[in-house]
Amino acid sequence: MSRETDEFLIEKGLFLTAISSVIVIALIIIFIFWEGYPAIVNVGFFNFIFGMDWSPSNGLYGVFPMIIGSLAITGLSLLMAVPLGVFCAIFMAEIAPGKMRKILRPTLQTLSGIPSVVYGFFGLIILVPFMRVQFGGTGFSMLTASLILTVMILPIIVSVSEDAIKSVPSEYKEASLALGATHWQTIKNVIFPAAIPGVITSIILGMGRAIGETLAIIMVAGNVVQIPTSILDPVRALTSNIAIEMGYATGTHYNALFATGIVLIFMILILLVIANYFHYKKKVTVGGGYL
Amino acid sequence: MERKYIIGIIILLVIIVGAYMVFAGGNKQERITIAGSTSVQPVAEKLAQAYMQKHPNVKITVQGGGSAVGLKSVQDGTADIGTYSSKLKDNESAGITSYEIAKDGIVVVVNNANSVSDLTTNQTMGIFGGNITDWSAVGGSSGTINVITREEGSGTRDAFISLVMGGKNGTAILKTAVVQSSTEAVKQSVKGDPNAIGYISLADLNGDVKAVKINGVTPSEQTISDGTYKIQRPFLFLTKGQAKGATLDFINWVLSPEGQAIVKEAGAVPEK
Repeated sequence: MSRETDEFLIEKGLFLTAISSVIVIALIIIFIFWEGYPAIVNVGFFNFIFGMDWSPSNGLYGVFPMIIGSLAITGLSLLMAVPLGVFCAIFMAEIAPGKMRKILRPTLQTLSGIPSVVYGFFGLIILVPFMRVQFGGTGFSMLTASLILTVMILPIIVSVSEDAIKSVPSEYKEASLALGATHWQTIKNVIFPAAIPGVITSIILGMGRAIGETLAIIMVAGNVVQIPTSILDPVRALTSNIAIEMGYATGTHYNALFATGIVLIFMILILLVIANYFHYKKKVTVGGGYL
Repeated sequence: MERKYIIGIIILLVIIVGAYMVFAGGNKQERITIAGSTSVQPVAEKLAQAYMQKHPNVKITVQGGGSAVGLKSVQDGTADIGTYSSKLKDNESAGITSYEIAKDGIVVVVNNANSVSDLTTNQTMGIFGGNITDWSAVGGSSGTINVITREEGSGTRDAFISLVMGGKNGTAILKTAVVQSSTEAVKQSVKGDPNAIGYISLADLNGDVKAVKINGVTPSEQTISDGTYKIQRPFLFLTKGQAKGATLDFINWVLSPEGQAIVKEAGAVPEK
């Protein structure tokens, strides 16, 4: 076989592997739309998206409380995880002595390696009773779910943010220190602003995990279809809705669950677009190229 | 270069042919697929296991999915036996033969520390419907009742609604009730909360939670079998048309004393 054919085969082979993931995603999206579309037509677009009641046995398919539920759980967990994660990343990248880092890093890696069902079971057995004793109610709540999610997305935020902070060119830091700034001033005014695009990426990744998380949420969120009026109310997320009922659903109910998936895809797309906008807006282009 | 490709292709062919022979060899076995109700699943698994031990040439696979899946998969032929955990509705039963293999009771459970041990059907309906919200109204020490229910489509939930809440047009289960998607999650939720109430299958009852008497009748195999405990449902095996061949042999064995002994062992209530 000549070198040209070798080259040709390898090129095409690499192209195939690259394109296969695109094809898979396209197929999945087509399938979800194919299965979900009949429900949206049957129920009506506005009744589906803005309907307040989800009761398949009575023919009511409204996902609005679940859209709010998903957003609320994700938002609340980001509110807790982002400051925690970013400060932890700054500590690990800039301040922690080598020994400390050697303990912290494997700990965080372990945290990200724990399967979500274990988080969920831990939440159900330990956290739910604790929340009930502390705050009353049933213990199944948005707050409980968000706390579990916070722990789950923390490793992603820390590790990606830490990489971003570490990849800030050392000239920046050296220049700042040479001008007489303290270490903290350098972190606050030079290193962190330069690392912001990477930090935003870490938040996007964390958000993606949070909004897509299913099993742990099912076990601790209470799964009540309602718009929460306080963070102690039980809620149902879009993902939970699909997972809980998929086993039984037939007919319109089955299609409605796929339609729930369509809503979820669009929500993630919108959030990704917003996050990417900030990512590019904050890009630093000083000195050696951009970060 | 060329030789490498040829050797690679030959090895690939050998693997494919080998794999084909291995899997095709298994075809001599009789295969029975069971799918459906998650409540029937543990019983069906035990039955399948015991049957396969006695009949090594029969391979039985048991899958869950829910009663609706059981009916659907037997209708479209993807399963030989569909399992179903409530009475079959008339409009669903066309072309389907059903075999009642066992009975099961739905047990209303509370926390072990709860002093309430007896409820009437009306009180149970009131609690799950949201009309009774405090334990003091049913003879307990005061505390807000935390209702825990199962998800829409669950066989246990359907049975509970039709047996306690008065069916689909009866009282609806409290909208703000916490929804748990498995028996184990319901049990753990009730175990962890002194004010919680939930419902599970008799087969899954253990020391984690306390079963309450309904209208003075303690749920047990005895009271379910003789019909005095009212919250009960049948476990059905469904087949398309009449069962035949290996499937019929299996169902006959399940209904025999030997099979019924295993039903009992699995925690369900055997037919007489």
